[in-house]
Amino acid sequence: MSSIGTGYDLSVTTFSPDGRVFQIEYAAKAVDNSGTVVAIRCKDGVVMGVEKLILSKMMLPGSNRRIHSVHRHAGMAIAGLAADGRQIVARAKGEATSYESTYGETIPVKELAERVASYVHLCTLYWWLRPFGCGVIVGGYDREGPQLYMIEPSGISYRYFGAAIGKGKQAAKTEIEKLKLSEMSCREGIIEVAKIIYKLHDEAKDKAFELELSWVCDESNRQHQKVPDELLVEAKNAATAALEEMDAD
Amino acid sequence: MDKFDLDAPHSTGTTIIGVTYNGGVVLGADSRTSTGVYVANRVSDKITKLTDNVYLCRSGSAADTQIVSDYVRYFLHQHTIQLGQPATVKVAASLVRLLSYNNKDMLQAGLIVGGWDKYNGGKIYGVPLGGTIIEQPFAIGGSGSSYLYGFFDQAWKEGMTKGEAEQLVVKAVSLAIARDGASGGVVRTVIINEEGVTRNFYPGDQLPLWHEELEPQNSLLDIWVAAATGPEPMSM
Repeated sequence: MSSIGTGYDLSVTTFSPDGRVFQIEYAAKAVDNSGTVVAIRCKDGVVMGVEKLILSKMMLPGSNRRIHSVHRHAGMAIAGLAADGRQIVARAKGEATSYESTYGETIPVKELAERVASYVHLCTLYWWLRPFGCGVIVGGYDREGPQLYMIEPSGISYRYFGAAIGKGKQAAKTEIEKLKLSEMSCREGIIEVAKIIYKLHDEAKDKAFELELSWVCDESNRQHQKVPDELLVEAKNAATAALEEMDAD
Repeated sequence: MDKFDLDAPHSTGTTIIGVTYNGGVVLGADSRTSTGVYVANRVSDKITKLTDNVYLCRSGSAADTQIVSDYVRYFLHQHTIQLGQPATVKVAASLVRLLSYNNKDMLQAGLIVGGWDKYNGGKIYGVPLGGTIIEQPFAIGGSGSSYLYGFFDQAWKEGMTKGEAEQLVVKAVSLAIARDGASGGVVRTVIINEEGVTRNFYPGDQLPLWHEELEPQNSLLDIWVAAATGPEPMSM
């Protein structure tokens, strides 16, 4: 899977003979080492979930948030280098407010994703800047309906109905493909995302983790917010139960 | 005897109106551009296109409103390309407002933005002198509008048909023309709805006459022709 760049990988402004920019690929590796982020677009909204690996027992639960609200109607989940992610979120918030100041309307999710992708890509063009070491999933609800975009460190941005980044992304994508998203409501989606994250968490390699869930849907009045506590508890319980059932088989 | 100040800035003395109806909007305006007391253009078109679905009624300084509409058309064009679909009326009005507000010291522009988009239907936004923006079911502007406030209070109603709305607009502009010296000429209307845009033209002599207005005076030549077999030849 990995190939050595030997000499062509020292700068983001250098192409290798086979047309690759190794620095960007290495940035993507930083994302692959982080806790999994899973997001799905249901028929009435978007659900995003993060497997937040807890590095120290002394950390307060709920701290070190990985999902941020960018504007009332959109949120972002980050995987990879947390500090880099903070920059991207700050930029996204700026873009959203500047669009609204100019055009008098909330920024369409597509436009937001494109602007953030443009910014991420910008940082892959100069030798004195390093690429962002994080991938971002943007979930929002505008007049075109609920939408989900994923932005990679290369600056590529695509629209998805289901996306995953981080350690367990391959397993997560397999699980997402099994779901019938066009018929699922966000309430059901929350349970499914929780189940997926619990399932692909590797007990052996990583110890504790905290589940962070957010949604933006009709039920949340099209506002991006943390999933209400009762639903979060319900989701965690359902996920743990599903795991035990699997182990019992 | 006052001299005509031919170097006075061109001003669209004007009456402009924008009215929403059930399914779209009707924009209307007179056609007089005055330079002091001289009528520089008696058939001007004060309803300018910003995009296929949004038009702008201009009053105040002719130069200022033309420049503002040129800039907004340019920005809207770029916005449409970026968005991949037609801009909404609200966005057009917001851009007009930004220019008007940020340059309030230099501009004299009273504007009415009207149009139709698929998300909100027909909408009218007033952007008067200071650069405030206000969404209204109907808006009036220009020097002639002073005479129409009472008229609209009485005659305006919600949910009119396209025909009723256009009739209302034409009647209103013609009333303003009767009383305001800086408004005159013809009445132009633009109807914007889901189907598209329709432009109409009502020449001055077809407008109704109001209190104490005289009949339009055709040339003496026509009067002689009508009265006798022909004009009398000149006798030396």
